[in-house]
Amino acid sequence: MSSLRFTEQALSNWMRCGGSHSEIVISSRMRIARNLEHLPFPLLASAEQAEEALEQLAPVFQGEAAEGFGSFELLRLDDLTELDKKVLVEKHLISPNLANDSRGGAVILNEDESVSIMINEEDHLRIQCLFPGLQVKEAWERATAIDDIFEASVNYAFDDRRGYLTSCPTNVGTGLRASVMLHLPALVMTHQINRILSAVNQVGLTVRGIYGEGSEAVGNIFQISNQITLGQTESEIIENLHSVVTQIIEHERNARERLLSDSALRITDRIKRSYGILAYAAVMELKESAQRLSDLRLGVDLGILEGPSISVLNELNVKTQPGFLQKMFGDELSATERDMYRAKLLRETLGTQH
Amino acid sequence: MLCQECGVKPATLHFTKIVSGEKTEFHICESCAREKGELIPGTAGGFSIHSLLSGLLDLEGAGKEKTAATKNVQGLHCENCGMTYSQFSKLGRFGCSSCYKYFDSTLDPLFRRVHGSTAHVGKLPKRAGAQIMCKRQVNELKQELQESIIQEEFETAAQLRDQIRKLEKEMAQE
Repeated sequence: MSSLRFTEQALSNWMRCGGSHSEIVISSRMRIARNLEHLPFPLLASAEQAEEALEQLAPVFQGEAAEGFGSFELLRLDDLTELDKKVLVEKHLISPNLANDSRGGAVILNEDESVSIMINEEDHLRIQCLFPGLQVKEAWERATAIDDIFEASVNYAFDDRRGYLTSCPTNVGTGLRASVMLHLPALVMTHQINRILSAVNQVGLTVRGIYGEGSEAVGNIFQISNQITLGQTESEIIENLHSVVTQIIEHERNARERLLSDSALRITDRIKRSYGILAYAAVMELKESAQRLSDLRLGVDLGILEGPSISVLNELNVKTQPGFLQKMFGDELSATERDMYRAKLLRETLGTQH
Repeated sequence: MLCQECGVKPATLHFTKIVSGEKTEFHICESCAREKGELIPGTAGGFSIHSLLSGLLDLEGAGKEKTAATKNVQGLHCENCGMTYSQFSKLGRFGCSSCYKYFDSTLDPLFRRVHGSTAHVGKLPKRAGAQIMCKRQVNELKQELQESIIQEEFETAAQLRDQIRKLEKEMAQE
C-alpha cells in the first residue's frame, strides 16, 4: 500500500530545518475552511451526501489542475487502521477530529507532506499547508493558490456579507486559521510566559498546545493562532500574527541571553543532564522525553551542545509519540513497554553522537 | 482496583465512553490517563469550543424577560436542513449554509462577540466574486453619494450617480 510512506517515516517537510528563526519557530501552518454549496455540512450530512462531497472534491487534485504542486495521493480514513490514523495525527497531517469523528473522511497529501487537504472534516474542505520555520506568508500563498484551484471547479458556500460559510461560527468569513508553533523554554524558565501569553490573548490571538484545541503545551512548545476570522482581511490576520510572533521571538531570545549570562553553569548542567538521561535511561515517559528534548534543543541553540540537529530533534518529538512507537515496535504495546521502547529509541539516536 | 492499562498503579479515574451506542468502561490510573489522552490527541480536553459557544448563544435570552421576540428566536428553524435554533445553540455549529439565512436575525450579536465584527472583508471567490466586487463598489459609491448630497456638492453627486448607474447596468448584463 502506497500510503505506508506517510506513516512509516517520521520525517515530514515541516520537520526539516528551514525557514527563518528555526531555532525558535518550529513550523508555520495555514488552514482554510471551505464548504460546498447545496450540501449540508458534514455534521448533518448523510453517508451518501458525504460521499457526494468527496466525489466533487477528490478529482480536483488528481487532474491537470494540480500540476506544479507535485504529486498527490488520496487516503480514505475508512481504509486506514486506527494506528495509521494516530500516526497521521501525531505528524500533524490530519486533525484529531478527522481521525476520530468523520464520516466519509479523506485526506489528500502531497509528496513532501507540506500540503494536506482534508475532506469531510468539520467542513467539507480544509486546506492545510505546513511549512518549517517562520514562513506564514509563504504558507498562505500556497494555501490560497490551492483554494483557487478548487474554486475553479466547485461552487463554494459563500455569502456577500458573511464571507465563506463554515459549520462553526468561529471560522466564518475568511475561514482562515493561521498558526505558528514556537519553542519557548527560556520564557518558561524565567516565568515570563504567562504574562506574554495573556498579552497575546488580548490582541485577538490564542495559544494552544501542540496538538490543537484542548491539548497541553508539552516540551515548552506553544501554538499561537488567530482567533478572529470575520471582519479582517487575510493579510491583516497574517500580518498581525507575524508581528506578534516576531516580538515573542525577540523576548525569547533576550531571555536565552540572560540565562546564559546570569546562570550559565546552572543552564549548562541542566542541558547536559538531560542529554545524559536521554542517552542512557532505560524507561522514559512521554512527558519527560518532551521536556528533555526541549532542553537539548535549547542547548544546541546556545552552543552548549554540538548536536543533534534541529531536524533530528523535530523528528524525535514525533517518533516518541505513542502511536509512532507502536508503529515501529508493535501494535500491542502496554504503557510501560512504550516507555521502554521510547527510551531505547532515544538511546539509539542520541547515544552514538558523543 | 488496579489500573487496567498498566496493572501496576491503583485506578483513580473511572469513566464510561459512549461512541455511536457502544459503551466502553475505563478504570485507569492518572499517568495512563495522561498517556491515553495523548494517544488520541485533542480528545482529552472535553471542554470544546462548541460548548463555550453554546454558552454564548444561550446568553441571548439570559437576563432578559422571555419576551415575544426571544420566543420567536427559539422558534426559528432552517427550512433547508431542519436544524432548529435551540439545536444550533446547543451544538454551537450550523447544519448547512442556509442556516445562516434562517438564523440571520440572531447572528449579528453572536459574530460581534466572537469576532468583534459582522461582515466579511477578505478574499472573494473568483468566479462568484466579480459580481460581489461590483456590489461592494456600488455600495461604497452610494455612501459617497449620500455624503456629497449632505455636503451639497451636487456636481460630484451627479458624477457618482452616473458611475453607479453604469456599474449597475454592467451587473444586470452579466
